[in-house]
Amino acid sequence: MIDFEPTENSRKAREFYRRMALEQMRPVSRRYDEDEHALPTEWVDYYWQTGRKGAPGSLGGATDGFVQVCIQAEELCFGDAGLYLRMPTAALGGSAVSAAGTPEQKERFLRPFRESPHPIWGAMAITEASAGSDSAAIQTSARYDAERDEWVLNGTKIFCTAGEGASQIEGGFVVVWATVDKTLGRGGIKSFVVPAKTPGMKLVGLEKKLGIRASDTATLVFEDCRVASANLLGGRAKAEKKAEPARAGDKGFKGAMATFDASRPIVAAMAVGVGRAALDFLVEELARQGVEIRYDSPPRSQTALERDVIDMQAELQAARLLTWRAASMMNRGRPNSLEASMAKAKAGLVVTKITQKAVELLGPPGYSKKLLVEKWMRDAKINDIYEGTQQINQLIVARRILEYSSSQLR
Amino acid sequence: MIDFEPTEEQALIRDTVAEFARGEIRPRARDADESGKIPEDVLARAHELGLIANGLPEAYGGGGERSALTGALVAEELAHGDLSIALAILAPGLLAYPVADLGSEAQKARLLPALIASPGALGTLALQEPRFDSDPYRPRTQARRTADGWRLDGAKCLVPWPETVRHVLVLASVDETLAGFVVPSEAAGLRATPDAYLGIRALPTAELSLDDVKLPAEARLDGAPDGSARALVARGRVGLAALAVGVASAAFELARDYAKERHAFGAPIATKQAMAFKLADMAIEIDGARLLVWEAAWRLDRGEDATREATLAMQQVRRVALEVTDGAVQVFGGHGYIREYLPELLLRNARGFACFEALSLV
Repeated sequence: MIDFEPTENSRKAREFYRRMALEQMRPVSRRYDEDEHALPTEWVDYYWQTGRKGAPGSLGGATDGFVQVCIQAEELCFGDAGLYLRMPTAALGGSAVSAAGTPEQKERFLRPFRESPHPIWGAMAITEASAGSDSAAIQTSARYDAERDEWVLNGTKIFCTAGEGASQIEGGFVVVWATVDKTLGRGGIKSFVVPAKTPGMKLVGLEKKLGIRASDTATLVFEDCRVASANLLGGRAKAEKKAEPARAGDKGFKGAMATFDASRPIVAAMAVGVGRAALDFLVEELARQGVEIRYDSPPRSQTALERDVIDMQAELQAARLLTWRAASMMNRGRPNSLEASMAKAKAGLVVTKITQKAVELLGPPGYSKKLLVEKWMRDAKINDIYEGTQQINQLIVARRILEYSSSQLR
Repeated sequence: MIDFEPTEEQALIRDTVAEFARGEIRPRARDADESGKIPEDVLARAHELGLIANGLPEAYGGGGERSALTGALVAEELAHGDLSIALAILAPGLLAYPVADLGSEAQKARLLPALIASPGALGTLALQEPRFDSDPYRPRTQARRTADGWRLDGAKCLVPWPETVRHVLVLASVDETLAGFVVPSEAAGLRATPDAYLGIRALPTAELSLDDVKLPAEARLDGAPDGSARALVARGRVGLAALAVGVASAAFELARDYAKERHAFGAPIATKQAMAFKLADMAIEIDGARLLVWEAAWRLDRGEDATREATLAMQQVRRVALEVTDGAVQVFGGHGYIREYLPELLLRNARGFACFEALSLV
């Protein structure tokens, strides 16, 4: 049934995370934007000791499932997208383990996130200097050493979100995409869980970025980095099965890409959170200065400001609803590749434009570092890039609506 | 719980209307536009389907199942067939729904049975005014009290005006309040002049002048305090927005299919990213707009104020419908500009949403 009413559980969760955003994140927002590579200890410690334990989502009762996860992401990124990405969680690495791991792997790698006495992080390392969206071009290699029953990783990963925490703090891990056989193309790519502090995994740098500066974006080098064969995600047998169709010519890459169907709605929701921060602030500031938005005035009697604000609100809500739709399809167990990419493409672009417009409409104060609006504009832009750029998502949508394969529409 | 799948019943209604629109409306769209006439048999068939009657009270022969959400699903599918014909099909509701929502029992008993029974539209609506800032909430048309009733003065435009019309609901200001009056089409002082527009050419429309039109006291829709009349405007915008989504999705589908068939430089033009990305953007925008329409409709069905949501939806679809239909003309290239193909018609119709207002299409 078409329904836009969140469950009571979701509403409570929304309130809970909204308070967390306003009380815990906003007060340190500017500080960790300025002090780019510092660990935001107040936030990290609060979240680990207190924040994560009070979530109403765990209280039982009907939830909105994946939509509720999106609502949580929106609220926290309404607080601060950089700090959200710095939260001590298993993050995308955890998603990969949950999606592809064996029960033993899930237990081994995710349990510390419940039990560790200190904050820990998970991360996902896919991108390389010459392989971003084209992840099939990955050069990082994994060689099997039968004698020691270990995999040996070599290569360099960049743009690894939470890569500092995940690689350096005991208890965390980095999921690394590497190829076991370059001749297999996508089919040769496997995921390996590399525990923090594994010898051979080195943190060699942290990026200086336009926005989301509180988030540690790491460059990791793997030099003869050895992991137990039990750390091949999904286990050896499963991975080989995945490689078989690749050898037969049908590249078995789809399984790995399925992770994106789950993560793109969340990233879209994060984008919506940043856009909302700027838009809500704009509307409140306009009201404070005596400008009310009249929703019942004829279109040609609207002021330019009213028209801009209504457009921004419509665009943001369209992005939010596309996001919730993609997530709700997961609740129903429906394939959602198309809808997830639609949501991500729309949300990434919309919040980029909304935050830029908010800076414009607020005038000099909007451009000033006295307010957070300029920061939100910088933070918003990443949503149009990571987890599949605007163009990659357009490509995915185009292939689906045109019923073209990746070789028909390149 | 947040969810985006229609009920089984809604899906069944939607699919039935979609089949009707694709099979019987679309093939007549071009002829209707050129001839300026709505095909009677299509109206009769739509009447059989009970699309309007279904939402009217059972006591007067209706189905008693009013839902803005179901109405939005129906409106989108009809407009996917053709906007002019969709408007002609929905026109009886322009009078019937406000009477059902705001009328007294006597007004309902007097007007609804015939409105429900007749395949031709006996009723219509005069809402908009020939001004750039025509405002449905604050019409310039004035109603003044007289000793034995009302006197109306003003001008209206974009009034659907089928030959069968017997009553027109005129929206007027009483002091500062929005009010509706049921005016016989033959009333003295009411003059209807046929009008023609850039689009919706098949729909007969008129400009009305009201010059000292005298009405009895019971002509005013009784239960129309300002608040409920305002709800009607939101309802109208949701219906219009749903129609606009239908026009846009029709244009998108034509463009998509054409781009896959049309070859240039040895391959379908859809295999070029410049074309494929444009089509992807169209699909994304249409889906986003549709969800805004659904949200506003859902709010109406809960009996909540949907002024803001309806306005957001309308403002969005106004842009999306124009961009997508213009995009379809562009995808067709030269063929998009000639009247042998539909994109030019869809573009002309889509531009109309910049100025259409309606009350009760859903």
